[in-house]
Amino acid sequence: MFQRRSRGQKYTFWLRDGFRDGESEERIKSYHRPHRRSSMQKSEYTCDHRPRVYKVFENVAQKYDIMNDAMSLGIHRVWKDALLHVMHPQPGAQLLDVAGGTGDIAFRFLEYIRLQEERQKRRAARSSQTPSWQDISNNYSTEDESRESRAVVCDINKEMLKVGKQKADSLGVSAGLSWVVGDAEELPFDDDQFDIYTIAFGIRNVTHIDQALQEALRVLKPGGRFMCLEFSKVNNPILSSIYDAYSFQMIPVIGEVIAGDWKSYQYLVESIRKFPNQEEFKGMIEDAGFYCVKYYNLTGGVVALHSGFKL
Amino acid sequence: MWLRIQRLNQQRFVLTAKAVCVHQLHTSSTEPASSSYNGLYPGHIHTTPIQKALLAVGSGVAALRDPYRHDMVAVLGEATGHFALINLRDRMRNDPEGYTILTERPRIRLSTIDVAKMASLPEGSFGREYVRFLEDNHVTPDSRADVKFVDDEELAYVMLRYREVHDLMHTLLGMPTNMLGEVAVKWFEAAQTGLPMCAFGAALGPLRLNARRLQTLVTSLGPWALRNGLRARFVLNIFYERRWEQSLEDLRQELNIEPPPVILSAAKKMST
Repeated sequence: MFQRRSRGQKYTFWLRDGFRDGESEERIKSYHRPHRRSSMQKSEYTCDHRPRVYKVFENVAQKYDIMNDAMSLGIHRVWKDALLHVMHPQPGAQLLDVAGGTGDIAFRFLEYIRLQEERQKRRAARSSQTPSWQDISNNYSTEDESRESRAVVCDINKEMLKVGKQKADSLGVSAGLSWVVGDAEELPFDDDQFDIYTIAFGIRNVTHIDQALQEALRVLKPGGRFMCLEFSKVNNPILSSIYDAYSFQMIPVIGEVIAGDWKSYQYLVESIRKFPNQEEFKGMIEDAGFYCVKYYNLTGGVVALHSGFKL
Repeated sequence: MWLRIQRLNQQRFVLTAKAVCVHQLHTSSTEPASSSYNGLYPGHIHTTPIQKALLAVGSGVAALRDPYRHDMVAVLGEATGHFALINLRDRMRNDPEGYTILTERPRIRLSTIDVAKMASLPEGSFGREYVRFLEDNHVTPDSRADVKFVDDEELAYVMLRYREVHDLMHTLLGMPTNMLGEVAVKWFEAAQTGLPMCAFGAALGPLRLNARRLQTLVTSLGPWALRNGLRARFVLNIFYERRWEQSLEDLRQELNIEPPPVILSAAKKMST
């Protein structure tokens, strides 16, 4: 079971290319429901959304990426690229991508780091055009970074992680990538582990957002950065009415046609409307203990990128 | 003032969203047959005319690209069939047997039909042939999609009845569930019911047939299906559940349907 051990004890990283099916099965068994939606248990009004959210993403996992492209008309790629650009990670960085499901952020992170490393190598090569034999042999021995950059993808839903792993296999990416089953409100990691914590379009599905923020603070190293991409409030009234009309009219229809699931996508649109706006969310991040919190509006406020530091 | 209206609209959206979300929270947790559901009948989803139009277009494209997506064919039928369904319901009301069906609302599901008993009926009886059809084609009556987008409770039942009777059509016409058989049944149903979805299926289905099957369709099966569709008694007005013991030939004569000109075998079905 993913139980937090005391702070003193060193936590073994669940670093595998798969997950330990025994333990994760147990954890997930409590959320796993048979496929017929009707057999879900009754939830309270101010409920724990986890069973419902789990069901939604279990239903949509296979078509998740196609649906993202269809619903956002491909713009979600721009948003995720913007996240990486603002993040500007350097080689050696340790990333934790929570609710990372199909791995979009992790793949972009590894690609960015790889390009950074190439750029650094090119710069180093340019500055030493005619290296001596001593320099060349030194270069060979220092090729391994003392700290390899690593991306850990954590998600509460096994189906989403499965799809992510398939994507990784088909892209041929495996080095420095791990897939872990875990709950954002109770992360299975020790304190002060990561340089960067990201959560892209996942935090609105968390029942207790403040707990998730506290967990983020806990697992980040001092100096670490918290970054969150999430749907937010559009202030421009024209854009807002277009956005509302599109969300309520089109998105459930697209969900029905592509994924055969109207209700999950109606839930998605409603959960977006219930999420706090940019300023409120900034306040929540500050309350959790992050400093220098700021946000960037993307696409007129449809998406907001919040960033804060643990100091 | 314009801003205030916009804000009011937004609040209305938010409130509606919240209200619907409350409903969803309560109703998603109940059985479909229970009394508390959000809509006119269990599984009903409210849609605006724009959404119905989008659904029609989207499901049509999806069904064309992958004809095995039965849910898309079903959605297409519901989104486009409003006026045809009214016509069908009126025809049922005006017929005594059809009226009985509308009031008693029978369902054809594995839980309501006794397959073992039907399998033990004599050869050539309607029930026995139906069970043979189910076995040969590896289908079950429980795999029909629920009705979701029809905005009237009685019309939703008419749609559901049409969907459940589809397999019985296959039995009556002697058509298997491969593409050719389905297209032949669609031609028959288009002539009988006038549902736009049947018409689309009848018109666009043949595009997916190879040359030999297309020829069979155009020369013999198609005209036979159309002819019988136009002259047969209205198929939704038959209370099939009371006619399992009736001989298939007898039923065909009663409904004015000729036996098929070509015997099609239930070939290996593509696994879906």
